[in-house]
Amino acid sequence: MSTFTPLTTPKFAIPSRASSAERATKIAVASLSFYYGRTPALQNISINIPEQMVMAFIGPSGCGKTTFLRTLNRMNDVIPGTRVEGTVLMDGQDIYAPGSDVVHLRRKVGMVFQKSNPFPKSIFDNVAYGLRINRLSTSKTELDGRVEQALQDAALWSEVKDRLKSSALSLSGGQQQRLCIARALAIRPEVILMDEPASALDPIATSKIEELIVDLKRQYTIVIVTHNMQQAARVSDLTAFFLLGKLIEVNTTEKIFTAPVEKVTEDYITGRFG
Amino acid sequence: MEVHRHLDEELDALRASVLRLGGEAEAALIRTMRALTERDSEAAREVLEHDDEIDQLEVEVDRQCIDIFALRQPAARDLRFVMAVAKMAPVLERIADHASNIARGAIDLNKEPEPKDYSGLRRMGEIASSMLGASLDAFTKNDATAAREVIKRDAEINDLYNQIFHELIEMMTEEPSTATRNARLLFVAKHLERVGDYVTDICELTVYMAEAAIIKHRH
Repeated sequence: MSTFTPLTTPKFAIPSRASSAERATKIAVASLSFYYGRTPALQNISINIPEQMVMAFIGPSGCGKTTFLRTLNRMNDVIPGTRVEGTVLMDGQDIYAPGSDVVHLRRKVGMVFQKSNPFPKSIFDNVAYGLRINRLSTSKTELDGRVEQALQDAALWSEVKDRLKSSALSLSGGQQQRLCIARALAIRPEVILMDEPASALDPIATSKIEELIVDLKRQYTIVIVTHNMQQAARVSDLTAFFLLGKLIEVNTTEKIFTAPVEKVTEDYITGRFG
Repeated sequence: MEVHRHLDEELDALRASVLRLGGEAEAALIRTMRALTERDSEAAREVLEHDDEIDQLEVEVDRQCIDIFALRQPAARDLRFVMAVAKMAPVLERIADHASNIARGAIDLNKEPEPKDYSGLRRMGEIASSMLGASLDAFTKNDATAAREVIKRDAEINDLYNQIFHELIEMMTEEPSTATRNARLLFVAKHLERVGDYVTDICELTVYMAEAAIIKHRH
């Protein structure tokens, strides 16, 4: 695994999109392996994810990037016969430690999936859902305010403010995905995991999601799995390349896309893989 | 991997185009020095007539680079290669422009009495064209070490330029009647000195392409 080094040692400082060295580590993963039964899906992954940055996971299908993403909020726990080794520290706390509160973890770590999955409820109720079941608002006024804020943060408010009682299913695909992001933001998580959040969207809706990701990193730590390498290049500060369950290389996105260290990363980035 | 076979073909075509441009620039430089030192004005006119073709080659390389950027979104070594070529093409075209300027000077100089000695300028021209050829070889082989060696030779051209500059100024001071001719020779020397700088730029781009290291303004 590479450390974050600049492209060269320039005489003048070259502004870089990512300066992870200045950021505190939000998630520290050490020697993580994951098994489906006896089959290892992830092998000895160690990586630090800095706060308030966007990290993209790239790699061919089946390389383990989604499995790894799901270990970060214990989403794999619900799959029978799976096993995790190693540690995942979030703010220094081991999320796999015995007695660790998974509900609390998932409140801190929101997730957005490939296919938007709004509840068959109104737009308002979708966003309010997590607030209500977690009893995170004490009054109707506060609930209204937090729903509005989440919709604004998800860049959806101006499009839905006059029809909050309409069914969420009446929204377009891109709007439904932003609604799901608003639903995740409403409970004010600290980390947002995104599993190919724009893969089913047209270029305009994709562009809105990408702009949103860049805006959201001011407040959140974002980890995104994407098959779209140009998307990784556009939105992320750091990129990690996975292959056959192993983390091959992690570096600033500029470095990965202009001068990766590992040949296999370069072969993948340039499309000469396989 | 159909898409990537197409990309490889496009990159090969781009490499062929820029090498053709480089070859034409090198040929123009050699021909223009022959026009000057052998007082061959016909060769000078050939250089000038050929310049439009070189300009068109640069435009063609530009077009190929833009197409690859827009349609293929190259990354990593492909990105560095296309980027290097995109920046190299105008440098090669500029070298050909200097060859044309020397050719214009040669046509005028050939109408005047022959100078006593062309050896200094001849030597500058030989070094410049040899450096250009070596820089194109280094680019073709993706060889940063060879490119760095070529860069070192720019000092030879600079030293010769300084020597010729002082000689010509001295002659102009001692024999004011030679001022026009020697001023033209001074321009020739300056054009060759600039070619050395442009070859250095080409080599810096080769180092970037091969090693992703930015070395310009650092030596």
